[in-house]
Amino acid sequence: MNPAVLIASVYVFALAAFLGYQVISRVPPLLHTPLMSATNAISGISLIGSLVLAGAVHYPLGAHILGFVAVTTATINVVGGFGITDRMLKMFGKRKPEVKLEKKEEAK
Amino acid sequence: MSLTSYFMEATYLVASILFILSLKMMSHPETARRGMFLAEGGMFAAIVGTLVGAHIVTWVWIIAGLAVGSIVGAWMAVSVPMTAMPQRTALSHAFGALAAALVGIGEFIVKASEMGAVTRGALGFEVMLGALTTTGSLIAAGKLQGVIAGKPIQFRGQNILNLLIALAMVSSFVFFWIHPETAIAFYAMLALAFIFGVMLVIPIGSADMPVVMSLLNSYAGLAAAATGFVLGNNVLIIAGTLDGFSGFILSVLMCKAMNRSITNVLFGGFGSVVAEAASANSGGVMREISLDDAAMQLAFANRVIFVPGYGLATAQAQHACRELGELLESRGVTVKYAIHPVAGRMPGHMNVLLAEANVPYSSLYEMEQINPEFPSTDVAVVIGANDVVNPDARDNPKSLIAGMPILEVDRAKSVIVLKRGQGRGFSGLENPLFFKPCTTMLYGDAKSSLGHLAQAVQHV
Repeated sequence: MNPAVLIASVYVFALAAFLGYQVISRVPPLLHTPLMSATNAISGISLIGSLVLAGAVHYPLGAHILGFVAVTTATINVVGGFGITDRMLKMFGKRKPEVKLEKKEEAK
Repeated sequence: MSLTSYFMEATYLVASILFILSLKMMSHPETARRGMFLAEGGMFAAIVGTLVGAHIVTWVWIIAGLAVGSIVGAWMAVSVPMTAMPQRTALSHAFGALAAALVGIGEFIVKASEMGAVTRGALGFEVMLGALTTTGSLIAAGKLQGVIAGKPIQFRGQNILNLLIALAMVSSFVFFWIHPETAIAFYAMLALAFIFGVMLVIPIGSADMPVVMSLLNSYAGLAAAATGFVLGNNVLIIAGTLDGFSGFILSVLMCKAMNRSITNVLFGGFGSVVAEAASANSGGVMREISLDDAAMQLAFANRVIFVPGYGLATAQAQHACRELGELLESRGVTVKYAIHPVAGRMPGHMNVLLAEANVPYSSLYEMEQINPEFPSTDVAVVIGANDVVNPDARDNPKSLIAGMPILEVDRAKSVIVLKRGQGRGFSGLENPLFFKPCTTMLYGDAKSSLGHLAQAVQHV
């Protein structure tokens, strides 16, 4: 890694850390479980590293197999993680119909 | 750079922005779901970008991996019950970390010789963190699922042994860093990291799992970020760092909510043989209450606060709880839910369960919000919670949990504790709340107790 790239990477890391702190400290405790599940799905982005390992040019078979396993586990994380986060967040959105119900009762 | 490479980099940039936006939208339940669609879009773009721009030649492994992973992932997404969310999350930390570790091993096999010192260092971090998070998370998942005993597993000299393993692991890392041609050092580091992950989690009791889960979340993210350094890939660095910091923030919050340091959680071996340190003011009798009396108290109360704990999850009592709550509300009782940050086995565990049971999130209150309301509350109903309502934490400076912020249910006019039996909680501590004159105990499985209470309230 040449120094310029390294410095750029460290910048990206530091800025992401700073931004992450700002953004995530605003997430209410109510949503901490979906948050964990979501960030976990997002870090499934290591899938793109796995894809390269599994299918890129003239790698030995061993690397391809490692890549295959990595693609599998990372995909489980991405698909499962986003799926389950959505299921949870859907539940937190279910408030509206109840509000309507209350209004109906008041109308009566 | 070819055109496809530019395209790939562009998708990575888009993905990074979308990830950050999605986490920002996570700050409110109304926008959170839309935010996740953005993140999904970003992920999809990054995958397509990689497939187009990364000079892929063999598609077999990729398609097979994507297919198997999607099927398993989709199956997990639809089939896992909300009560099993902690296990599921621990398992996915293991998967994420394993992917990072495997990519690292692959990189080592393919181009160890051409790596510079910095890349090698990042590779070492990636593999070490990835490997120890994999086994650590698997153990955590096993404990949460009940496959492995939830009690801390401890033995004499454990901390020293762990320290030696950690030292050996770090030395092989350093050795590999200085002499990249010695593959044996790399694999020794890998093996030691796998072992260290196990050793790190087995001495930790189930009640401390919220901290461990957050910490493993952080490690998994940092492993992904290290992968980004190895591959010189910014979107990996950004996504991994976001995950790493999210986990870090959560573990700090969880530790604060228990008034303990991370080192104490990791190496303190809480809740093993500490039961002798019972509080001075214990002893006394627990008064049992009959279903009808409890129902009467609830039905004629003005304000009721439910305090759920891990017992609610094990008994799957969230729906029964909501039904009782609604019934009381229909009688004009004000019903609120008090959520302690470390109630349950992962951050936000109780919120998710109650949300599943259709409890509106506006009735869920955080500790700081609800504590001032207990003195004006007629009945506090504690459902399978123990340490988070233990007044010893506030009153007895000698207590092991002294200083831990608690839900002050003992200030309510009366307290009904739903409990399976007379035993102590996970930490093994005596809870003086149970002996207070205002407290009555309702023994039995929380789900059936709550169901019966609801029936009895209807007949009042």
